[in-house]
Amino acid sequence: MQELSSLVERALAEVAACGALAALDEARVRWLGKKGALTEQLKSLGSLPADERPAAGQRINDAKARVQAAIEARREALSREDIERALAAGRVDVSLPGRGERRGGLHPVTKARLRIEALFQRAGFEIATGPEIEDDFHNFEALNFPPNHPARAMHDTFYFPDGKLLRTHTSPVQIRAMLERGAPIAVVAPGRVYRCDSDMTHSPMFHQVEGLRVGEAVSFANLKAMLHGFLQAFFEQDLAMRLRPSYFPFTEPSAEVDMSCVFCSGKGCRTCKHTGWLEIAGCGMVHPNVLLASGIDAERYSGYAFGMGIDRLAMLRYGVNDLRLFFENDLRFLEQFRTL
Amino acid sequence: MKVPYSWLTDWIAVPWDAPRLGERLTMAGLELESIEPAAPAFAGVVIGEILSAEKHPQADKLRVCRVAAGQGEPLQIVCGAANARAGLKSALAVVGAVLPGELKIKAAKLRGVESAGMLCSAKELGLAESSEGILELPADAPVGAALRDYLRLEDTILDLNVTPNRGDALSIVGIAREVAALTGATLSGPASRPVAATHADTVTVHLDAPAACPRFAGCVVRGIDNRAATPIWMRERLRRAGVRSISPVVDVTNYVMLELGQPMHAYDLAKLQGEIRVRLAGAGESVTLLDGRTAELKPDVLLITDGAGPVGIAGIMGGARTAVSPETTDVFLEVAYFAPEALIGRALRWGLTTDASQRFERGVDPAGQERALARAVELIQAVAGGSAGPFSLAESRADLPTRAPVTLRRAQLARLLGAEIADARVRSVIEGLGMRLQTLPEGWRVEPPTHRFDIALEADLIEEVARIVGYETIGEQDALASERVRALPEVVPAEHAVLEVLAMRGYQEAITYAFVDPQLQQRLFGDAPALALANPIASDLSVMRVSLWPGLLRAALENQRRQRERIRLFEHGARFQRLEGVTQELDTLAGIACGPRMPEQWGLPRPMSEPADLFDVKGDLEALFAAVGVHGDVRFEPQEQACLHPGRAARVLRGTQSIGWLGELHPSLVRDLDFVHAPVLFEVDWAGLTLVRAAYREISRQPQVRRDLAVVVDESVPLSRLAERVALVASSLLRDLRVFDVYRGPGIEEGRKSVALGLIFQDFSRTLTDDDVARLVAAVVADLRVSFNASIRE
Repeated sequence: MQELSSLVERALAEVAACGALAALDEARVRWLGKKGALTEQLKSLGSLPADERPAAGQRINDAKARVQAAIEARREALSREDIERALAAGRVDVSLPGRGERRGGLHPVTKARLRIEALFQRAGFEIATGPEIEDDFHNFEALNFPPNHPARAMHDTFYFPDGKLLRTHTSPVQIRAMLERGAPIAVVAPGRVYRCDSDMTHSPMFHQVEGLRVGEAVSFANLKAMLHGFLQAFFEQDLAMRLRPSYFPFTEPSAEVDMSCVFCSGKGCRTCKHTGWLEIAGCGMVHPNVLLASGIDAERYSGYAFGMGIDRLAMLRYGVNDLRLFFENDLRFLEQFRTL
Repeated sequence: MKVPYSWLTDWIAVPWDAPRLGERLTMAGLELESIEPAAPAFAGVVIGEILSAEKHPQADKLRVCRVAAGQGEPLQIVCGAANARAGLKSALAVVGAVLPGELKIKAAKLRGVESAGMLCSAKELGLAESSEGILELPADAPVGAALRDYLRLEDTILDLNVTPNRGDALSIVGIAREVAALTGATLSGPASRPVAATHADTVTVHLDAPAACPRFAGCVVRGIDNRAATPIWMRERLRRAGVRSISPVVDVTNYVMLELGQPMHAYDLAKLQGEIRVRLAGAGESVTLLDGRTAELKPDVLLITDGAGPVGIAGIMGGARTAVSPETTDVFLEVAYFAPEALIGRALRWGLTTDASQRFERGVDPAGQERALARAVELIQAVAGGSAGPFSLAESRADLPTRAPVTLRRAQLARLLGAEIADARVRSVIEGLGMRLQTLPEGWRVEPPTHRFDIALEADLIEEVARIVGYETIGEQDALASERVRALPEVVPAEHAVLEVLAMRGYQEAITYAFVDPQLQQRLFGDAPALALANPIASDLSVMRVSLWPGLLRAALENQRRQRERIRLFEHGARFQRLEGVTQELDTLAGIACGPRMPEQWGLPRPMSEPADLFDVKGDLEALFAAVGVHGDVRFEPQEQACLHPGRAARVLRGTQSIGWLGELHPSLVRDLDFVHAPVLFEVDWAGLTLVRAAYREISRQPQVRRDLAVVVDESVPLSRLAERVALVASSLLRDLRVFDVYRGPGIEEGRKSVALGLIFQDFSRTLTDDDVARLVAAVVADLRVSFNASIRE
C-alpha cells in the first residue's frame, strides 16, 4: 500500500500546483475521473483476497476523499482569487457623474400656483377656470363696475376691436362659477390676467388666484380665518396678518391684506419698505349687486372673495427680486426651480 | 391727497402725532402712502431785512447788501439774486447756519468782498422745486425771527391714497370728518361768515342740461387787485398740498377746493359776454383751454358757455378766453355741482386729470356750494380786496341727487361680519360719520349725509361700521362648510403629473406672453386668422397667439443667444383661434427641443450626442401618452404644415380625432431665425390627454416565442401599415411587435428599406410549438409579399 500513499502524495502535490480552475478540473479527471489513477486502484481490488478487500477498499476511498477535499479547497481558493482579480480590474471612479437625461422642471409660478391650489383644495375649495378673453359683463359690469367708473381706468384694459377684452383679473371666474353652480359654492380660480402696463414691477401678463366662498352664513370673520390660515400654510411661517379697509366695486366691506414681512418678520427691511408689512391680497364680502348679477339670493346667502398675485407669492416664496425674470424664460433662471 | 397736519388741526383736534394719525387713517381706509416733513432740516436761517443793495465792485451780477438780522450790527451779504433790493425781507442764513444737504454757511469772500452769510431762495431751503431769486417775505415779517417758526415749518405732510368711492375725503374737511368719526371729536373749522353784498351785479345762469348740472352758485366780485401777493401762509399751505401759487384769485379758488373739496372757477368778468348757459356741446364745437390746447368736443361733454361760445369744460378746465390775469379787476366766481355721470371719463380724453375733474367724477357735496362761495369771497377780499355782489343760485331741485334712508339690521350686521357689535357702538359710529339715525326694532334707519356718494345699501353701512370699529377688532372664525367628499374624476389627469412627465424627460417649463409678434406668427402659420389687440403694449406683442410655438421659438432663440446649445422647453397655456367668427381658447401643451439628444456627458455612444430629431421628441410625446394610458390609441400621420419640414411633420391623432402636431421646423425658418440646430416642435390639446383608467388584463402563463424578420419594402411603406398587416395576419397570438432596426444601403436596392421586426407570440392556453410559430410567420411573410411587394432578407 506504499503505492497508494505515494499516489495520494503526488495527487495532492499536483492539486496544490494548479494555478487555474481549468487545470484543477484536468487534475480532478486525471485522479478521480472514471479512468483516473485513484479510481483505477479500486479496479485492482478484485485481485486481493476477499477478506482484505473491505479494508483495502476503505483505504482507497479515504485516499479519494482526501484528494477530493484538496481539490474542493483548491477550487475555492482559485475562484476567490479569480473574483479578487476581477474586483481589482473592475474598480470604477464612483465620483464620475451618472448617465442619462437631466431632469427639467416646472416654472416657479406654476409651482406656486399648484401649491396654492393644493392648499385651498385641502380647505374644501374646488378649482374653477374661465376664459382669458372676456366680455365687459363678466370682467366689469357683473362685478359692479359702473360704465366709465374711475375704478375701471385703474385696470389698464387690453381691448379687441369687437369690444371684448383680455381679463384684467380672475374675478370674472367668480361670476361664471356662481352662474353655473349656484350657492353654496367654494372655488378658487387661478389664471393668467392682463393689463396694459409694463415696467420694473409690472408685466402686461401676470397671474392671479381668485377665491370665493358663498354660503348661508359666510362672514368677514371666516374670510380673515381663511386668509390667515392660507398665508401661514403657504409660507410655513407663523406670520401676522392685518386687513385694511379699501375699495373694490365687487366687495363690501373691502380690504387690502397685509402680512408681516416674510424676510424680516415685521422688523422692517428693503422688501417691505421698512413698514414690516407686505401687501399681498385684496378681499372682501361679495357685494350684494354681484350676488344679484350671479343669480344668488343675497338675503339668504353671503360670501367672501379674495384675489392674490401668484407671481408675487412666488417671488416672496422663492426670493425672486425681479418680476420680469418670470417671463424671460432664461434657462439659467428656470433651472433653479427643478425640485418637485 | 397731500394733507398738511397743521391744516387739519385747524379743523379738528387730533390726539395723535402725524405718524400715528397716518396709521389710524390707514386702518380706516385712507391709506398713508408717504409721510414727509413740510421742509427739510435746516438751521440758522432768520428773517433778514435788506437795508441797502449796492452793485458789487468786481461783478455785474452780484450785489453787496447790508442786511438787518435782528440783533447787532447789520451784516454784509453778497447776493446774486436779481430781486435782492433794499426794503425786501428775506431768508438769511447766518454764519454757522446749516442748509438742506448739510451745506454749512461760513464767512466767505466773494470776488474780494466779505459776505457774512447768504440770502436764500425757496429752492435752497427745500421749499420749492425751483425758484427765481431769493425768498420774498411780507413787509410785516419780524426781523431776526427764525424762519422755521415764522413759516411754521415744523409740520408734516401726509400723502393719503383716497379710493375712488370716497370723493368726500378729497379735502381737509373730509379728512377731518374721518378723524372726527375715529375720535368722537367735533369739527371746529373757521366759521363761515356771511358776506355782505355791496353791489347788486350778478351774472344770469341758465341750466340747459339740468341733469348734468343741477346747481350753480355764482358771485361777482369787483375791484380786486390780482397783482397783490398771496399771503405767505396761504402760499405755504398750497405748497404743502402740492399746488403752485399763481395769483390771488386762482390761489383762493384752489385753497377753498383743497379745504372744502368744492372745485370752483373764476372768470374775468370783463371777458364774459352776456349770460351763462350750462349745456352739452354741439356738434363740431371746440374750446381753447387754459393750458392753450384746443379741445374738440363730443356731444356728451358739458360746457359752460357765454354769449360768444364755450368758456370752459364744466368741472374739468376753464377756457383761455375768459381766464383771469394779473390785470383782472372783476371776477365772476362759479361754484357748481356737476353730476359724476356727466364728467366721468371725459377729462381722460384729453389726457387730463385735474384736481377739479377728479373731485367731480367722485362726487362733490351737492349742498356745499354756498358755503364754499362764502369762504372764497371772504378770502378773496382778504387777499385782493374788492366788493362782493349777492350770491346767485341756479338750481334744478328735481335733478339733485337724493340720499334715500338705508336700513341697517342688527342681525345682518352680525351675520356679515361674524362679530357682535354693541348697539351703542353702532350708533356712535354712524353718528360720528355725520349720519342721522333713527332706531328701529330690528336696527336703525340711517340718513346718509349729502357729501357721501357711497351709502345706498345696507352693505355700505356695514362697511362703515366695520372700518370705524376697526377690522382688527373682528376675530378669525373658521367657516362651517360641507364635509361631503368631492368628486375626483380619474379621467382628468392631475396637471402636475402631466407636466412632470415632460420635466422628467429634460424639459423646462416656460411661460410666454399670450400676445405675440404678428410677423413671426404670420411667417409660421400664414393666413390662420389671429385676434389683434386694439391697444397693444408694443407692435411685436399685438396679436393673440394661435399656437404656443411663436413664444417657445422666441424663448429658445433667447437661450441660444445666451450660449445654450441644448434646449428643451415646454409651456402649458391657452392658444386662441377664430373659427367662423367665434373665438376659441384651447388649453394647450407644447414643447420645443433643439440641440443634442442627451446632455453632454461621458461614456455616451456617438449617436446620442447628435442633435435631437423628430423621433426623440416623438418618444417624449409617447411617454406623455403612455402616462395617460392612450399610447396604443395615438397615431402620427404625415401631414404638411407651412412652418414644418414637409417630410418631417405629422398630425397627432387620438382615435380619429386630431389632437396636435409634431414636426421639425422648416429649414427656411431655421435659417431665417438663426437656429444652430433645427428645433423639433410639438403641440397637443390638453383635452386630448384625458386619461384612460388602467384595468387589469390577464397575464399568460405560457412561454413566449420570438421570431425576427427583416422585411424589405419600398421607402413609401410606413411602418404603421406594415404593423397593421402583421397584427391582422398573426391574429391574437401576436403579443408584441418590435422594430429593432431600419436599414438602407449596401445589399438593399435603391428606394427600398429593410425593416427588422421582432414578432413575439404567446398563447394563453398552451405552449406554442415550433410548427405553430412557423405557420404564423409563413402566413405573415406571404401576406407582406402580396400587400407590400415585400421580400424577406435572410
